[in-house]
Amino acid sequence: MKTNKYRMLQLLGSVIIHAFLMVAAITCLFPLFWMFRSSLMSLDTIFTDKSIIPAVINFNNYVTAWIEGGFGIYLWNSILYTVVVVTGIVIISSLAAFAFSRLEFPGKNFFFIMFLAAMMIPLPGGFVPLYVLMTKLGLANTRIGYILCMINVGLSMSIILLKTFFDKMPTDLEDAARIDGCSKLRIWWHVGLPLTKPAIVVIIIFNSLNVWNEYILAQLLLNENSLMPLQTGLMKFQGSHSVDYPVLMAGLTIAAVPIIFVFLAMQKHSLKGIITGATVG
Amino acid sequence: MSNALVKQKSSLFHDNLTSFLFIVPAVMIFSVFYIYPFCDIFKLSLHEWNGIDLQKQFVGFDNFFELINDNDWWGSLWHAGFITLVALTFQNLLAFALAFACDRELKMKNFYRVVFFIPPVLSEVVVGLIWTWILYSGTQSAEHIGLLNYFLDKIHLQHLINNWLSNPKTALPCIAIVHSWKGFGWGFIMFLAGLQTIDRQLYEAAKVDGAGYWGMLTNVTLPMMTPVICVVVILTILGSMQAFVLIISMMGNGLADYTSVPVTQILDAMVGSKRFGYACAQGVSFGLILIMISFSVKIVSDKLKKI
Amino acid sequence: MELSIKKVLIILLLTLVCLGCAKKQKDTNTVTLWHWMTDREEVLQELAKRYEEQTGIKIKIDLYAPSDSYTRKVIASAQAKVLPDIFGILDKKEVFAAFIKNGFVSELTSEFAKNNSEWEKSLFPKALDINRFEEDNVYGVKPGIYGVPLDITNIQMLYNKKLLKKAGFDRPPKTFDEFLVMIGALKRIGITGFVSGWGELWLADCFASNYAFNIMGEEKIMATYRGEVPYTDPDWIKVFEVFETLKNKGALIDGIVTKVNKFAEQDFALERAAFAFNGSWCVNVYQKMNPDLDYAPMIPPPISLDFPMKIWGAAGSSFVVNNSTPNKNKAIAFLKWLTAEEQQTFLSGETKNLPANRKALLSIPKVLSDFAKVSDQTTHPTIWKYNEAVLVTDKFDKGIQSIIIGDKTPRQVAQEVQDLKQKVIEKENRRKKIQ
Repeated sequence: MKTNKYRMLQLLGSVIIHAFLMVAAITCLFPLFWMFRSSLMSLDTIFTDKSIIPAVINFNNYVTAWIEGGFGIYLWNSILYTVVVVTGIVIISSLAAFAFSRLEFPGKNFFFIMFLAAMMIPLPGGFVPLYVLMTKLGLANTRIGYILCMINVGLSMSIILLKTFFDKMPTDLEDAARIDGCSKLRIWWHVGLPLTKPAIVVIIIFNSLNVWNEYILAQLLLNENSLMPLQTGLMKFQGSHSVDYPVLMAGLTIAAVPIIFVFLAMQKHSLKGIITGATVG
Repeated sequence: MSNALVKQKSSLFHDNLTSFLFIVPAVMIFSVFYIYPFCDIFKLSLHEWNGIDLQKQFVGFDNFFELINDNDWWGSLWHAGFITLVALTFQNLLAFALAFACDRELKMKNFYRVVFFIPPVLSEVVVGLIWTWILYSGTQSAEHIGLLNYFLDKIHLQHLINNWLSNPKTALPCIAIVHSWKGFGWGFIMFLAGLQTIDRQLYEAAKVDGAGYWGMLTNVTLPMMTPVICVVVILTILGSMQAFVLIISMMGNGLADYTSVPVTQILDAMVGSKRFGYACAQGVSFGLILIMISFSVKIVSDKLKKI
Repeated sequence: MELSIKKVLIILLLTLVCLGCAKKQKDTNTVTLWHWMTDREEVLQELAKRYEEQTGIKIKIDLYAPSDSYTRKVIASAQAKVLPDIFGILDKKEVFAAFIKNGFVSELTSEFAKNNSEWEKSLFPKALDINRFEEDNVYGVKPGIYGVPLDITNIQMLYNKKLLKKAGFDRPPKTFDEFLVMIGALKRIGITGFVSGWGELWLADCFASNYAFNIMGEEKIMATYRGEVPYTDPDWIKVFEVFETLKNKGALIDGIVTKVNKFAEQDFALERAAFAFNGSWCVNVYQKMNPDLDYAPMIPPPISLDFPMKIWGAAGSSFVVNNSTPNKNKAIAFLKWLTAEEQQTFLSGETKNLPANRKALLSIPKVLSDFAKVSDQTTHPTIWKYNEAVLVTDKFDKGIQSIIIGDKTPRQVAQEVQDLKQKVIEKENRRKKIQ
């Protein structure tokens, strides 16, 4: 008798938990799904037809959005920026984090606190001095200028995350390498990086998102259409197609899909990294 | 000095130098793109400037004094605080509950991990647009256009139908909820990861001691999760206080008195009223407030760890 | 070779330097133009192409949207001294004056005066007035013309003929009371009365300004801006009460205070409301959304007989020329070409906006000409002798929103605005004492 009751409770508990998770999952997916479904409709039906699957499906909107939005070059730029910036951040922050964690040099604490503080003090509106500086350095309206700027944006958080990860790294491998006479750089490359792979995956995801969804800095620093990333194209697209909802939705979907794929590809590795990064505290 | 000592000193110097070189790229980029604008902002906060004139007018701490009396500024801080509070409670509790629910040998665990992380992946512009449509209030030939109102109408809960984004009482809560919707994925993943590192044996030991579900939660789970919770709390606070793209995307300039946040105030002061000095003063004080909050959280969590 | 950090860094640095040394030649055969009008991008690009075919000079046109981003970019570029050859200033006259005084904008008076003022005479005087600084202007700018108008717009009310007929009316209201009667009748048959993009403060400000002119006349308004008449004056309370009345009669569409103009345009085009308050650029929007829409413009129904109702007009989009560019003459030549009859007719036809060129007015689409009929009733903040401080206008407009959502009464708002006005005046006086 007791076992049956116990089993019933267990089953009930299980059902409730599953229901809870399912509802949450639906609320996450629904807006995305709605956006996609709207992009398949046409202007006259989009507000009145409330069915989940529209009666008439047409993919024309995507073609229109692609051509009119000029998304081709924007997509290429976004991919370029994301890849280069994330690579840059990974290298630079892991070098610095390794040093903060494992090496000794004067001023170490000072610089680390600087990066810590940077994470907390935002710079909205620093755009005028930034722009003037970039122009003086000849970096305004260049790809490399925008890339360097974006590297800076993700730097503090990445350094801090990686440092704490390095802190937890076992020293035996490292000591062995040092005894073997490896230079510090070699140690970083052969020992440090592989051991911190999970954290690096987290940094990749986090910074890819930031770069992909960024548009404010891009609009400010870049003048040429050929250098613009996807989100800026989307802003212009929004303005010119504010009344053409289906095409707008198609454009939004185009802008959102690639990053979802990147995330899906990386998500397998991400969990471990977040574990250790989180247990830092 | 003996030869050995000299050699030691020079190799120590050499050692330090190569170590230092590791942080050089980061420091260089940081100095150029952060330190320099930051110093400029600090300087600007002591001036009155419209962004166009080639000369700025020095006013000392006048901007800061004015800031103290600026009701709109404090209002915006309160709004950001409200969003943060909702994020800390609703968003993180939800994330924790979901992570807790997922923290067992669940078949669909991977599916949930992916799905819950989709909102954070979307850009705020997209999220704002979609939710504005869902929360749209208005009718076309007696039929509701916004999905929420339409849904409420269909299930005969008409008295709940509202001007969601135009009603000052509901506008900010709606924004806070959408913000939480977008953000809980991060919390979920971090909590799940943290939960999974807790040694199962601790749970076994607690069961042996006669602890029920509640006992296990308070004696094993929560204490072990304190560091994770602390990190999530700090990141949530920093992220929510600085949110603004979502608000611009959902509200335009409407109801600014009820939905403004510090960053929108700063941008308004710059681009709208053209008072760069004042905006920089706002920026500096905002930064200080954030630092104070972060440090307080850290201190509290350190104290908790000792318990 | 031992891989050391030093060597790696040196390599990195070298690559950076090489990349950064991208050659920066300024193409003197290209004129750069920055604008913010998403709906006109295609047309402008087409015109640039035509110009290049005709003259061989390349025009590089760049769009930055939304307009906030555009303003940010212009300000940052001004400080960095990299403004384009042609750009626009989307702001109050005070800001325009600041740009001029700091040497960012060319004075074009002499160009307009050439050949017996040929260029000046070809354009509507009201359009030019927006870009003109009069003698004894309060901004301290040397009198003259500093910008070139591209087109003209004015902001009026619109009414949906079909919906009005449904309620039993076959002509638009001539007075405010008639308007309220019609609103009531429309409400009874389930049609929303009025829609406007009052989520954008300036549009609500415009409506209030129109009624202010009607209630108290220009002189008193200017006196208020000078600080001689308080906002708690009964006439100003009447202006606020206009909004209160509209709210009480249920005339306003749901969510009007967070509605941006593009959604308001959608509402009117999709016949969700019988009346709208919008600018003449709406002709293009409505046509795209609903070509069968049966509507016409009307001036806001006056509430008082003491002073004439005025609408904001002759404001369109204008371009200025960068004062420090070597391409100044080429830029001016392009702007002259843009405002010539042929191009203006093309622009007008494509974008459904009123042309700045007088001759082009003869060939505009019919529905636009209704908008053009009221040009003598137009006014605009940029041609007024005085303007209110931005902070006060902001408070005023937000106060209107509060009245509409029922949060504050007209008297409360008037008091708050006046309190702020006092503070602003005091600050001004303190500053004047120091100088």
